[in-house]
Amino acid sequence: MTARRLDRGGRIDRSKPLSFHWDGKALQGYAGDTLASALMANGERVLGRSFKYHRPRGIMSAGVEESGAIVTVGSGARAEPNVKATMQELFQGLEAQGQNAWPNVRFDAGAVNGLFGRFFSAGFYYKTFMGLPPFEWGQGTGLWMKYEALIRKAAGMGAASREADPDCYDHVHAYCDVLVVGAGPAGLRAALTAAEVGRDVILAEQDFELGGDLLNDPSAEPDRLALIEAVGRAGVRVMPRTTVFGLYDNGTAGMVERVADHLAEPAPYLPRQRFWTVRAGATVLAAGALERSIAFGGNDRPGVMTAAAGRAYLNRFGVLPGQRVVVATCNDSAYRTAGELAAAGAEVVLADARQRTSLDVPSGVRLRGGLAPLEAKGRSGVKSVQFARRTESGWQAAGSEYCDLLLVSGGWSPVVNLASHRGVKPEWNAELACFLGGDCAEPLFMAGAAAGIWDRGACEASGEAAAKRAMGIEAAGPAPGGWGAPIAPLYEVRLSGSKPKAFVDPQHDVTGEDVRLAHQEGFVSVEHLKRYTTLGMATDQGKMGNVVGLALMAEALGKEIPAVGTTRFRPPYTPVAIGALAGRNVHGHFKALRRTPLHDWNLRHGATMTDAGLWHRPWYFAKDGETIAEAYVREAATVRETLGICDVSSLGKIAVQGPDAAEFLNRVYTNGFAKLAVGKARYGIMLRDDGMVMDDGTTWRLAEDDFLMTTTTTGAGKVMVWLEELLQTRWPELRVHLTSVSDQWAGVSIAGPKSRKALAACLADPAAVSAQALPFMGVARTQLQDGTEALIARISFSGELAYELYVPAGHGEAMMNQLWGETSRLGGCLYGLEALGTLRIEKGHVTGAELDGRVTILDAGLGKMASAKKPYIGKVLQDRPELQRADRPQLAGIFPKDRSQTFNGGALLCRPDEGEGFGEGWVTAVTHSPALGHWIGLGYVAGGHEAWTGRTLMASDPVRGGPVEVEVVSPHMFDPEGERMHG
Amino acid sequence: MIRISCPFCGPRDHAEFSYGGDGSIEYPALDAPVQDWHDAVFLRENICGLQLETWQHVHGCRMWIKVERDTMTHEIRSVAPAHPGLAAALESGQ
Repeated sequence: MTARRLDRGGRIDRSKPLSFHWDGKALQGYAGDTLASALMANGERVLGRSFKYHRPRGIMSAGVEESGAIVTVGSGARAEPNVKATMQELFQGLEAQGQNAWPNVRFDAGAVNGLFGRFFSAGFYYKTFMGLPPFEWGQGTGLWMKYEALIRKAAGMGAASREADPDCYDHVHAYCDVLVVGAGPAGLRAALTAAEVGRDVILAEQDFELGGDLLNDPSAEPDRLALIEAVGRAGVRVMPRTTVFGLYDNGTAGMVERVADHLAEPAPYLPRQRFWTVRAGATVLAAGALERSIAFGGNDRPGVMTAAAGRAYLNRFGVLPGQRVVVATCNDSAYRTAGELAAAGAEVVLADARQRTSLDVPSGVRLRGGLAPLEAKGRSGVKSVQFARRTESGWQAAGSEYCDLLLVSGGWSPVVNLASHRGVKPEWNAELACFLGGDCAEPLFMAGAAAGIWDRGACEASGEAAAKRAMGIEAAGPAPGGWGAPIAPLYEVRLSGSKPKAFVDPQHDVTGEDVRLAHQEGFVSVEHLKRYTTLGMATDQGKMGNVVGLALMAEALGKEIPAVGTTRFRPPYTPVAIGALAGRNVHGHFKALRRTPLHDWNLRHGATMTDAGLWHRPWYFAKDGETIAEAYVREAATVRETLGICDVSSLGKIAVQGPDAAEFLNRVYTNGFAKLAVGKARYGIMLRDDGMVMDDGTTWRLAEDDFLMTTTTTGAGKVMVWLEELLQTRWPELRVHLTSVSDQWAGVSIAGPKSRKALAACLADPAAVSAQALPFMGVARTQLQDGTEALIARISFSGELAYELYVPAGHGEAMMNQLWGETSRLGGCLYGLEALGTLRIEKGHVTGAELDGRVTILDAGLGKMASAKKPYIGKVLQDRPELQRADRPQLAGIFPKDRSQTFNGGALLCRPDEGEGFGEGWVTAVTHSPALGHWIGLGYVAGGHEAWTGRTLMASDPVRGGPVEVEVVSPHMFDPEGERMHG
Repeated sequence: MIRISCPFCGPRDHAEFSYGGDGSIEYPALDAPVQDWHDAVFLRENICGLQLETWQHVHGCRMWIKVERDTMTHEIRSVAPAHPGLAAALESGQ
């Protein structure tokens, strides 16, 4: 192993050693190291295995573009796969493992794939497996899925933990005048320029230190410190460890701040990461540029990396990455690196693909002009490099050099990704051999190397100019470029006719041959090339390989790069943890929770709760030792025998008031409301425009111009929005005001033969609920014994003599205490949603399970609710011929043929001889009926129950159990004449 | 992230609003012929460019608004209350 830590130099703190584990081995690094630099300093070379061929891979870069050192950090629930070791800050006790290898990255059984490499070319999965006979016959989808699972296991990245994420994440919103992305010389200068004149500036930097490329240049340290100090003084909000992963409409930026990923023992109150939504008046993109590799044989071997990475490890991390170094370049940028490595004691050969340049050769460096790397040799690490020379007829082999490190510079790609998110088309600059951001209509300004400016001083000037433009001030920045000698674009080196393993996208194992194969097979668009070869689809999103891939495609097509174009970059720039997206919206906070005013009262009285939309509602009230089944059957039976009370506060309640309120309701409901008398309630159904049932409920006329509409619990929000839409957009002439009063009232249903007696005992005037004073569907405004204002309607969902009683929410508990005293004295019970369901199923009353949005008023058996005398919303389209067909599924009751059997809600109703297909209907609800003494259900069946009299159907539910023979009956299974509720 | 300038509440994130539908539809009278209702309910243009839409400021003042939005760029050209009376009242500052 030839990389070693230098005794001095670099930005690491040698007084702060940090111990960490790599694949179980205890190693040491220093504060200021990344995991990659610490591993390199410890002589670890093979850090990963490649995606398809399981080739050994080492460190290839020193930044986000890393494609080799991709590892898993942490263990158990905190195991984070696919971490770029080059971006992971080292901390005391860090544990990291290699991935995509068995048993480990040094000896990997999967490497056998490499021997069959020629079979694993582009499109391999589709050609090989989808062409197999079973798939051809149209039966093979299952088989394909099995192959796919195997392929995914063999080819892949790290495995995510199966445990729940133990960390928490925060969401933060922020505003600023200018958002600056990247804290290199351009970004720092831009932030300073804007902040100095009083602008509110956020400066986001993905690194844990500010400075960008200044960090790799010890001589720039005084300038760097001065800039940072000035930026702080000017009031810039500086956010290190923060990646701007996407830009969106209206200056919105998505950012992830890594708060605790670098801490050995984070304080318990800290989130792991913060997800920032920043709304910026203007944005300066100073995100730098990434160095490209060149496609040549073995360009992925451990010990081959970008020239800039070699410089970063030397100058920033105090690691001499090799002793015998070959620097292969086609541009000026690598010269300085070569010189610095030589000064640090390495033996350096500089191979410049250009024949002659006017540049000075740094001292101690041996220049070999006109040579390019043809093949890197050495199985688990580069040992020598074979060169080639360009001739008229192509490349020719031209000698070799022994080396333990091969640094490559194929040119630079400005980071235009974020501009591309905003639809800015990258434009090819042939002189600089890179894409630059094109015109942008938004306040989005490129600066520094991201704008193709290579010189440090010019970068600062461009940062200043970009900041001025961001503030609306005219300013001309420096032109792109800045090298002494022009770049000689170089994308691939190979002898004609040879097919080397020359990687274009090392992270997805896409080679130059794959690109040519895709072309041969007719994929000429870059978008198709990308999808067929998966070039640029790995976790680095083609940061290193895209340009090389496009260049090879252009060559194959005989076109120039601009004619081929580039794929559009999409967010995120680097991967974002799902946990960060979820933030605190997990577990109980996943959705809002609504509690009724009687919630605590219910719990004190033994309720088991269940979800109904966002609401928690009592499900059942079990007595000692009772199961849910025993409890709800007892509750339902008690209601039919004596009485029961049930919290119905969650029903939607809308005050509909105004001179035109009656006319409004008359248009909204299918049945007439214009002539509803004051002091009366009416059951109503409302349809959507297309004629399907939307919601149902009772509406009470409290005064000429004052109605109280009730809706289903889950339909309340939807109905309110709908009524507001009608009044504001369609019928502005109607003088009606709507107020949601769902939360203002506590409501209870009192049902059963003794309900009148219990209710009367709670009222100041017991006669208010006498049969004469309050007939069926009557509404009364009265008081409880303690003087509490109360609204009572005699309405019934259970089919019994029943009332709904409402008092102001704050009086709910007092009301329940009085009512429960009377109820228990009379032998009544509390009942929950399950018993409520039983009672309504017995009666054939519909609810959300039946009114699922596909059902007309006729289907639901409520045709008599549709007025023929007046128009209403949905009437016209409800009368479409298809919706009138007699064989449409219609509401029906369902009994098991063998009354001792049960069946499942959701089951399909099929003819006994019907093995497949859609069936004749379906089951919406099932319950055990104490009134009938067996299981019953509601559902829909083609043509309605009359069509099936005397015939058997199967309730078929193959996933949960075998079919059950059922017969279809009228949905009104109990007291069809309604004598009980009118009594 | 689209931002919509609510005529009553000012500029707000689109997360406070819910999308209604095509704002150019003139819904027919309740007793209009079935063809009119069919066209109003089921026929929609798939516009590339400026489109009139209805939105509701559902987590704000609950006003229904008409929004001219460019479907290509998300640029919002204009926002106005759907209710003409409300629009007139806001216009006159009452």
